[in-house]
Amino acid sequence: MADLKTTVAPASAGRTYAIIAIVLALLAALPFIADAIGQPALTSLATRISILAIGAASLNLALGYCGLVSFGHAAWYGVGAYVVGIMYRHSVSGDPFLGFSIGSDQLLVTLPLAILISGLFALVLGALSLRTSGVQFIMITLAFAQMLFFFFVALKAYGGDDGLIVRRRNVLPFIDTRDGPTFYWVCLFFAVAWFALMSRIVTSRFGRVLEGIRQSERRMAAIGVSTYPYKLACFVISGMGAGLAGALMANHARFVSPDMLHWTQSGEFMIMVILGGAGTLFGAAAGAVVLIGLETQLAALTEHWQVILGPLLVLMIIFTRGGLSGLVRLLRGGRNE
Amino acid sequence: MSLLIEQALNGVQLGFMLFLLAAGLTLIFGIMGVINLAHGSLYMIGAFAMAWVANVTGSFLIAALAGLLTAGAIGMLMEYFIIRKLYTRDHLDQVLATFGLILFFNQLTVLLFGRQPLFVQIPGFLEGSILLFGDVRYPVYRIAIIAAGLLTAIGLYLLIARTRLGMLIRAGAANRDMVRALGVDIRLLYTVLFGLGAMLAGLAGVMAGPILSVQVGMGEQVLILTFVVVVIGGVGSVRGAFVGAMIVGVVDTMLRAFLPQAFRQLMAGPDADALAAGFSAMGVYMLMAFVLLVKPKGLLPAHG
Repeated sequence: MADLKTTVAPASAGRTYAIIAIVLALLAALPFIADAIGQPALTSLATRISILAIGAASLNLALGYCGLVSFGHAAWYGVGAYVVGIMYRHSVSGDPFLGFSIGSDQLLVTLPLAILISGLFALVLGALSLRTSGVQFIMITLAFAQMLFFFFVALKAYGGDDGLIVRRRNVLPFIDTRDGPTFYWVCLFFAVAWFALMSRIVTSRFGRVLEGIRQSERRMAAIGVSTYPYKLACFVISGMGAGLAGALMANHARFVSPDMLHWTQSGEFMIMVILGGAGTLFGAAAGAVVLIGLETQLAALTEHWQVILGPLLVLMIIFTRGGLSGLVRLLRGGRNE
Repeated sequence: MSLLIEQALNGVQLGFMLFLLAAGLTLIFGIMGVINLAHGSLYMIGAFAMAWVANVTGSFLIAALAGLLTAGAIGMLMEYFIIRKLYTRDHLDQVLATFGLILFFNQLTVLLFGRQPLFVQIPGFLEGSILLFGDVRYPVYRIAIIAAGLLTAIGLYLLIARTRLGMLIRAGAANRDMVRALGVDIRLLYTVLFGLGAMLAGLAGVMAGPILSVQVGMGEQVLILTFVVVVIGGVGSVRGAFVGAMIVGVVDTMLRAFLPQAFRQLMAGPDADALAAGFSAMGVYMLMAFVLLVKPKGLLPAHG
């Protein structure tokens, strides 16, 4: 599947760019469309989706391209969010942290720091987790994420269980982030930038090595590639993307809590990736749209929407394999594999 | 001193409960190659079935039986309709499908029983505490848990090492195609084995009923701790599950019991309690990280 993507002929490459340009234009116009059809809440929903798409795309790099089934992606997402929350708290109170004045409500300061610190966490815990593989790796990433979850629950100085309220969104020079549509455009910008970066990475030499590791790590080792540093670098980049998503979400929701690190959040990221098709660049975005859209629809239907979502998920895994693309094939009457 | 012994026993008791869960999880993984996240749901189902029947009939024994059978039956149904389709899939599909099952079971339990925790009385014949030695008193019910866990562990060992079913289980783990070629109905064997693992999880749920609150989400808390046990002990190894469960049970209980006092020597009361609670919750995960550094395959890996 992923191989097809990289061998696009020049003629259809032009068409791909045209489609991307049209989709981007529609996405940019979304707040106006939402107003026109009398659904202003759509903008906030779209903001959430574009933020979660960043998180899903970064998991896709590890899971879809490199085959690292990380069940702890929400940990880096939550860490990124807490960086924003904690720095905001200090900027309001003015208290120093270990003697340093770390408070800031500048998005241009908090965002890079959130990315950096999430990356650091992913580096340390990833270095340990990557000593294992297969099912142990799934269990360990889940367990480490749970460890960080408990850490933030116990962090009474920053709200503990109750979380932290970010009363005002971080500010940007010349741009009013408090305005809903404006903040949507900011998030959309970061989402587009992140997807552009992902597309660069997966077509680079580094990306080819990741793809090779997913297909057969043993063969990659046999042709002389030391796989561990590649996997670790991939894991860290993936964690940094989740940190970016978390930092944006903290601004969007104006609230940070340990729930963002909950293991079900990791599960949701995985579902987004699989729904959209693992190892396809825009699959993560499609998965985020479908999952959040489905959740919103089902939640409007009944409070117990998970009773419906759970079996849907089971059926999808059993019958479609490749997520939505598999579903489309199934509906057309074709067979999977 | 008596507090230390009491807490050590509490640790052993938690260890036995974790062992019941980890043994089922690791057997199912070791033999069928399936990672079942919904294993914690079976624990929850056992606890809820037990709590409901206990409140209706007032009999602990009937309730315990009901909990065991319900967990076993639902486990076998789950295997027959869903898990069976996942044997040839990769771990990712297994994780996501069983994640879907967790969402379903949790929400269904909310629909049936609500979000309020259920409480179960300790049965009359297991009430009170007895004098162990010196001035150490210990609740009878917790001793019963330890005894039941010990008996189950011995029974499981005998089942696997001494019976025909156990021989098939071991053979299936070593080479499933060969067992099938020799004319064994391997699908039935897997269903039975899955039911056995589910009953072990259900038993843990039944025993937890009277000492913990029976509520939605109890399955996942214990599931993740079970993962830690399995990783420390070595995936696929029942002996490893036993050793890992005891280590995790005792370390977790000791940290929760004694860390707050240690921290209170250093700082003010509420801060110390909060910090100690956090560190004791993180303790077993740090232990897991340490074991991984020394032995990446766990303490007693199944194969080599």
